Amino acid sequence: MPKLLSGAEIVFRALEDQKVEYIFGYPGGAVLPIYDELKNHKSIKHILARHEQGAGHSAEGYARSSGKPGVLLVTSGPGATNAVTALTDAYMDSIPLVCISGQVPTHLIGTDAFQECDTTGITRPCTKHNWLVKDVNDLSRVLHLAFEVATTGRPGPVLVDIPKDIQFKKGKYKFFKNTLKKKLNGKITHKVSNSELDKFIDLIKKSSKPIFYTGGGVINSGPEASKYLRELVSLTGFPITSTLQGLGAYPGDDPQFLGMLGMHGTYEANNAMHDCDLMINIGARFDDRITGKVDEFSPGSKKIHVDIDPSSIGKNIKVDLAVVSDVTTLLKSLIKRFKEKNRNFVNSNKQKTSKWWEQIEKWREKKSLNFINSDKIIKPQHAVQRLYELTKNQDTFITTEVGQHQMWAAQHYKFNKPNRWMTSGGLGTMGYGLPAAIGVQIANPGKLVVDIAGEASVLMTMQEMSTAVQYRLPIKIFILNNEYMGMVRQWQELLHEKNYSESYTAALPDFVKLAESYGCVGIRAKTPNELDEKINEMIRVDRPVIFDCVVDKAENCFPMIPSGKPHNQMILGPEEEEEISDEGKVLV
Amino acid sequence: MTKSKSAYSVPGKIGKIERHIIVVWVDNEAGVLARIAGLFSGRGYNIESLAVAEVDKKKHISRITIVTEGTPQVIEQINLQLKKLVPVHKVADFKRGEKDILFRELAMFKVLGSSKKLEKVKKICKKFNPVVLDKTNKSIVIQVTALRAEIDKLALDLKSLGLISTSRTGAVAMTKGSRIFN
Repeated sequence: MPKLLSGAEIVFRALEDQKVEYIFGYPGGAVLPIYDELKNHKSIKHILARHEQGAGHSAEGYARSSGKPGVLLVTSGPGATNAVTALTDAYMDSIPLVCISGQVPTHLIGTDAFQECDTTGITRPCTKHNWLVKDVNDLSRVLHLAFEVATTGRPGPVLVDIPKDIQFKKGKYKFFKNTLKKKLNGKITHKVSNSELDKFIDLIKKSSKPIFYTGGGVINSGPEASKYLRELVSLTGFPITSTLQGLGAYPGDDPQFLGMLGMHGTYEANNAMHDCDLMINIGARFDDRITGKVDEFSPGSKKIHVDIDPSSIGKNIKVDLAVVSDVTTLLKSLIKRFKEKNRNFVNSNKQKTSKWWEQIEKWREKKSLNFINSDKIIKPQHAVQRLYELTKNQDTFITTEVGQHQMWAAQHYKFNKPNRWMTSGGLGTMGYGLPAAIGVQIANPGKLVVDIAGEASVLMTMQEMSTAVQYRLPIKIFILNNEYMGMVRQWQELLHEKNYSESYTAALPDFVKLAESYGCVGIRAKTPNELDEKINEMIRVDRPVIFDCVVDKAENCFPMIPSGKPHNQMILGPEEEEEISDEGKVLV
Repeated sequence: MTKSKSAYSVPGKIGKIERHIIVVWVDNEAGVLARIAGLFSGRGYNIESLAVAEVDKKKHISRITIVTEGTPQVIEQINLQLKKLVPVHKVADFKRGEKDILFRELAMFKVLGSSKKLEKVKKICKKFNPVVLDKTNKSIVIQVTALRAEIDKLALDLKSLGLISTSRTGAVAMTKGSRIFN
């Protein structure tokens, strides 16, 4: 007879068998037996957050920068509800998370016991699946299944709710592998047929105005996918644009790359999307920040959509060729088939796309990311550009909060590798970047990790600085401080008659002193001429840093497609603002 | 264009609404119905009627029949989203009015009245497989199986004869001939 283990021991055995090295969490009454067991498992290190939301975002940052699932351990009731934002964030951005939550003992479930909540009920819409384990002999099967569901198909968060009495009870442990028999989000790798590939290649060959539109699916598919994507783009000679989540899959400084597309994407990327005759969507989901008004989205193009999740296809935009597949698998077989019959395609096809490239160059000449710099006051775009220039020669990981600074980071920081860019895109969670940076730093010791932040966002999870200090994680919090919720302020300026309702934060803390009180380093830059020196100082310090970069309060993020407008009607900059205030009310 | 200050795009054209019957085979485990219902409410889909029961005692498989309405795009999404749920085994989808599918709903009516009126009740129900479940000299409980519209009409007709209580199930469906759902 196999040795019987307690539920808490089973949890750790399962984590060990899943090769988990770090768990992010916060103890409490209903998970104490699991915390008690922690000391007996030296291969697993627990990172104590200051709030369960922080633990969740840290686990996300860990997952996104390492390609491994993030593991989260929280208590019942408030512990679980605090984790909900992070779970939803992971659900929207397809990040594999396994959340283990404590629950009140089974005999108390449903009695409104202390720190009881319906955790599986609350998290049902924000997880791929969740389980309430009521029998200790189910626990090992459920835990292994949880890892499988989180990491296969389109990745996402899962939750396992374990009542306290189950954590004490003795039961059998078994390592279950690949228990999912059926397709889960296209989990069983759908073999792409040759006829699909030939159709794909045929569309490529017929096109004279093509564009690749790639997204987070390329990153999620693993580093191989980025390698193949680069190969395919160079084989075809086609232009490529990327969504916010896909940045880094293709080198940001390559001439074939048109920059990010979408609401704050470049003029050339958005116009190319609008005017193309072939759109090749790889691992993106036609999100509303990308498509704008659906009826007028890229009206004249044939569309190919590659996605691992069948429900992503046809959800927002009808396409001409849908391929349900993992990106790596598809690209590998596509490239192989393409090369067999189309030697030297780039050169022979040059003529056909030359007009298209000429047009793109004309759009590029607009230099839509330009801004009017100043020598008196730091422009936020300038700050991001300087940060990029001063960090591009080392392997740098960037996280962000949500708002203007996030868009400026996406526009002006050029990524060359996948998994170097962690930002909350789908849910748009302010407060994401700081805890995410903690997870990134844990997964990538010795690397430079910078959270490009806004002062409003970062205050939402500022308490996690204490975590960074405790674990000696030298993360850099680079705050573009304009004292406003910048994106809210921008919308109010453009669309609500400059009624800046509640978007100004009075009584902000002194971030330098705040840094000191946490036991980390505070640096402030107020003028453009001291910026480089201060950034270099930040990079040199081998401790956590809060960098208070005092920037222009009135700067807006351009270019911008007002919502409800097609891609070829962008607002390029402040000189066009008059036009916006009239039209703005109609559009966004 | 309507004036809008929203951060979101204005709605596009809406396609034609169709009524569909969706049959889902699921593991009969705790919370499974909540998952299905939550998917519908969370994504703004309709449930017109719902019928659920375990059909395989050994494997604990339940068969859920859902009547829903939506544009073809929405119906496709419902199918694909249902298939993604972990406890869902398979999903079948039929357009209302398809020829080789059988649909039935069951209803129980309680009518109070004189024996003359109650005889009339039996007569009206004749076409719809009536079963008299209970009868006294003042009341009758009668069961019928029919299509939704037929039951709607029946209930209306019985009103003047003293109908005081109606209980109905959601629709269940099955294919004609030797074909089975897959």
